Amino acid sequence: MKHILESLEARRTAARLGGGEKRIDAQHERGRLTARERIELLLDKGSFEEFDMFVEHRSVEFGMAKNKIPGDGVVTGWGTVNGRKVFLFAKDFTVFGGSLSETHAQKICKIQDMALKARAPIIGLYDAGGARIQEGVAALAGYSYVFRRVVQASGVIPQISVIMGPCAGGDVYAPAMTDFIFMVKNTSYMFVTGPDVVKTVTNEVVTPEELGGASVHATKSSIADGAFENDVETLLQMRRLLDFLPANSTEGVPEWPSFDDIERVDYSLDSLIPENPNKPYDMKELILKVVDEGDFFELSEAFAKNIITGFGRIAGRTVGFVANQPMVLAGVLDSDASRKAARFVRFCDSFNIPIVTFVDVPGFLPGTAQEYGGLIKHGAKLLFAYSQCTVPLVTIITRKAFGGAFDVMASKEIGADMNYAWPTAQIAVMGAKGAVEIIFRKDMDDPDKIAARTKEYEDRFLSPFIAAERGYIDDVIMPHSTRRRIARALAMLRDKKMELPVKKHDNIPM
Amino acid sequence: MFKRILIANRGEIACRVIKTARRMGIETVAVYSEADRDALHVEMANEAVLIGPPAAAESYLVMDKIIEACRKTGAEAVHPGYGFLSEREAFPRALADAGIVFIGPNPGAIAAMGDKIESKKAAALAKVSTVPGFLGVIEDSKQAVKIADEIGYPVMIKASAGGGGKGMRIARSKAEVAEGFDLARAEAKASFGDDRVFIEKFIVDPRHIEIQVLGDKHGNVIYLGERECSIQRRNQKVIEEAPSPLLDETTRRLMGEQAVALAKAVNYDSAGTVEFVAGQDKSFYFLEMNTRLQVEHPVTELVTGIDLVEQMIRVAAGEELAIKQEDVQLSGWAVESRVYAEDPFRNFLPSIGRLVKYRPAKESCQDGITVRNDTGVQEGGEISMFYDPMIAKLITHAPSRAAAIEAQTHALDGFYVDGIRHNIPFLSALMTHPRWREGNLSTGFIAEEFPKGFSARVPEGEIARRIAAVGAAIDRVLGERKRQISGQMIGRAVIRERRRCVWLERTEIPLDVIREGEGFVVRFANPDGSLGQPHLLQSAWVPGDPVWEGTIDGRPIAVQVRPIPNGVRLAHHGYEVAVNVFTQREASAARWMKEVNKADTGKKVLCPMPGLIVSIAVEEGQEVKAGETLAIVEAMKMQNVLRAENDGVVKKIHAAAGATLPVDALIIEFA
Repeated sequence: MKHILESLEARRTAARLGGGEKRIDAQHERGRLTARERIELLLDKGSFEEFDMFVEHRSVEFGMAKNKIPGDGVVTGWGTVNGRKVFLFAKDFTVFGGSLSETHAQKICKIQDMALKARAPIIGLYDAGGARIQEGVAALAGYSYVFRRVVQASGVIPQISVIMGPCAGGDVYAPAMTDFIFMVKNTSYMFVTGPDVVKTVTNEVVTPEELGGASVHATKSSIADGAFENDVETLLQMRRLLDFLPANSTEGVPEWPSFDDIERVDYSLDSLIPENPNKPYDMKELILKVVDEGDFFELSEAFAKNIITGFGRIAGRTVGFVANQPMVLAGVLDSDASRKAARFVRFCDSFNIPIVTFVDVPGFLPGTAQEYGGLIKHGAKLLFAYSQCTVPLVTIITRKAFGGAFDVMASKEIGADMNYAWPTAQIAVMGAKGAVEIIFRKDMDDPDKIAARTKEYEDRFLSPFIAAERGYIDDVIMPHSTRRRIARALAMLRDKKMELPVKKHDNIPM
Repeated sequence: MFKRILIANRGEIACRVIKTARRMGIETVAVYSEADRDALHVEMANEAVLIGPPAAAESYLVMDKIIEACRKTGAEAVHPGYGFLSEREAFPRALADAGIVFIGPNPGAIAAMGDKIESKKAAALAKVSTVPGFLGVIEDSKQAVKIADEIGYPVMIKASAGGGGKGMRIARSKAEVAEGFDLARAEAKASFGDDRVFIEKFIVDPRHIEIQVLGDKHGNVIYLGERECSIQRRNQKVIEEAPSPLLDETTRRLMGEQAVALAKAVNYDSAGTVEFVAGQDKSFYFLEMNTRLQVEHPVTELVTGIDLVEQMIRVAAGEELAIKQEDVQLSGWAVESRVYAEDPFRNFLPSIGRLVKYRPAKESCQDGITVRNDTGVQEGGEISMFYDPMIAKLITHAPSRAAAIEAQTHALDGFYVDGIRHNIPFLSALMTHPRWREGNLSTGFIAEEFPKGFSARVPEGEIARRIAAVGAAIDRVLGERKRQISGQMIGRAVIRERRRCVWLERTEIPLDVIREGEGFVVRFANPDGSLGQPHLLQSAWVPGDPVWEGTIDGRPIAVQVRPIPNGVRLAHHGYEVAVNVFTQREASAARWMKEVNKADTGKKVLCPMPGLIVSIAVEEGQEVKAGETLAIVEAMKMQNVLRAENDGVVKKIHAAAGATLPVDALIIEFA
């Protein structure tokens, strides 16, 4: 009997070797880890349970019948991250370059189905060369099966894609439809068509990094939600991210004991807003001083920096933060910022993560570039996203809340639950200069009158009190008590229940 | 006694004076410029008066505004602090005319000591020892040699019209004097068109030692021991101590008596300081007298137990000194560090901005050790470009010099400042410097020990192990909390290994860490795989705390903690290092990772938004450091500061102030 049992271990050992020592060494030479090494780092020690380790492809074309490697280029299974279950698949670059075959796709589909059934997050680690050309349409169909499952699981379980090597062609579209994409700097890239095809078709000469490296996707295209220095940093950051995420759309946010008192006040916030209304300040300081222990996981940090999105915790429970950043473009809303924030708001709402919004917005960015680029529809995405939220929404206006941007940034009227303003808030249709020039156009030739009118406008409108007098905000609060007030509001709203009219699905302006 | 006094100053000294006044039951009035509206001294005073725009020349230096503020608030007396109006003879006179008392010396004393030549003459008259030299015109090298022989070698030959080291030479023998005299004269002629030179004694490795004196309006003057301020950077004092490790009781008494003689000679009637230059052989020579409260006065207060500000107020109110010379006892040792908003890694460039975090060392007085922090700022405050960049003075006092230095080192380790650059790493490096600890000082200390300036250092040996152990303890606390997250699978405990591989940047330190009750036990792994002695770490640190305050094997340790991805940046004893605490498999994977060379992303500075260039802060050819301001762009009526992403040299500037640029327009190019 013993030798029969031992044969299992022999087969396992062979399977674990993937494409063999030489290819593993080559992977290491590039500063990259193998699929199994990555899984080891991502999961709790000893928690990985592999599926389909012995699966081999069934292709016979182009000599493939003799070229079989167990696992077929993808490692799949499940395990835990800090004791919470996650499902994952990791493309194995050492086996057929991680290319996707019919059986390879079937392995991914199996794990996708399992994750959806078990209602736990799924993570894909990409390091792959696209479809296995020898398999033809069978590979293409394989992609479609995977795509469809991504879409079906969307909004039910968190789906995370991590690009840790090449990711091209059909392989890019599964990540594109997941909740988050992260990339490894310098060693990963993703594009629909590679540099060779680009050159053939358009004569454009471009390197893979220039075409689809982390530096491109995390800053220009917004495809990636973040980029990290190397495989190890990336995988450990994924563990950190998972600690913020709910397992699924019904379970609610995870919770852990917080070392940070919810009653903590921070008097330095009372001087955050500069005397000069045209001087910027760093909104991140506010976020870092409000969240538990200063721990904030920022998303899309390098893209559309005029708005900040990310996860923090209050009282040990995950909260999504959206905040205008006055340091960049005065915190204005433009197409990119609107899209970035809209997608984040929808993720939070899908998974019952309460949203705290800090507002200091001078309006929407004017100009032909923005209007031609569809600012109306992009801005509408954020408006739509906030308006359909059923999660607790707490909004704090720190300074400017001008014009339509006031409405969009989680105003009371589009559904926010608690709306606070600092005494420094200015809630109006526009700033004083613009307003006076319109209202008192006839006085434009008289600088004294204009000055007087401007002063009058500033005193009357550039404060939170008109809004407070009419109940458009619920209270004016001291900056130093912001954390305490948010914590109380979130505790009060913890069991918020709201239902939207029954519908097949909404039709967000895409 | 006064009911109400005004403090004609700002920052830490204003706060310092207010504290004493408060204790004496005297009400205080602060004055402030527009830049200081939210300053701490304004908050601390009973009343505050706005006296003008930020520039000192239009606010803190305008006597009429100060006097007007006194009238308005009914202040009977004014404490000038140091700097600003403190040593202007005209100020006490103007106050007297307005019927207000000046808490400082009489104007005559200020005038007598204000002029360098006059004060030296007065000192000579009072039989205070001055640097031996010959101030007359020297005819030829023969006379020069004769004079030098009388003074004693080495001597310094200096151009009368000179300055900045030009026409200055040191001679150690007759032959050198003969040769040097002619050369110095020729140089003086060439440089200044004036060939007169003079000779004085050259003091080798001089030390700066000063005597604190205190007088009243009844002719009493006493001295309160000395302070040594030899640790200076470009004539700016950095560290001061009392007493001086150089002096013995006799020299101290001699210096003190001379200082008192000088003070009496000019009818000195407040707190003042007589500065001496001292040789390593304990010879000492008068330099000048400062007719004000010195920045470094706290070290004297801590070794004498006398509140100098209180004494100044009392004597100004006409009281007779209650302390006699024989009452003055020096007890223990005090050390002061000046915490400046200056970046030691960038040649001490001043740094301005918001104090995003400001957690100074906690003031305390226990087990014979005193920690005092004289500060004028608070978290959320602003270090502005208008005034002196001093943030605080950290003073420690203990029974011995070694203990005071140890306490100072520890307090600096816990002094946490974020938002601006500051010199604490440099102060820490000084505090742990063996030559400083030996007390082997001279005014050339910093130039000699840090000839190339100060740069970041890699921790090694004991310090590295200490940092690694703290990193492991921090990781342990974070790890334990992660195990408590909700939603875990039932029946499957997460395995936690005790072996950790701590990386300080890329230096690996393997160790075992386990929890033991409230503490942690760390054992370092030897290269042969065996484990070293257990070290016990105890701390109440919890995530979010900026400083890991605790003990290692019973010894108090403070380490500053700043989060970075997957790790922490730890600062201790002037070292700052990125720390990753890896499991063994993480470490073996991390070894495969390539060290990334910073990409050339910072080569070009592009306009981040359509806007107006307000100013360009650099010039072509200029060397800039990462984080330095390059240009200011105004857009959406907001000013945005563009900073250098990396160190580099400006190759070309493509836009001028006043230009309106579209987004992504090239502003600055780096070589």
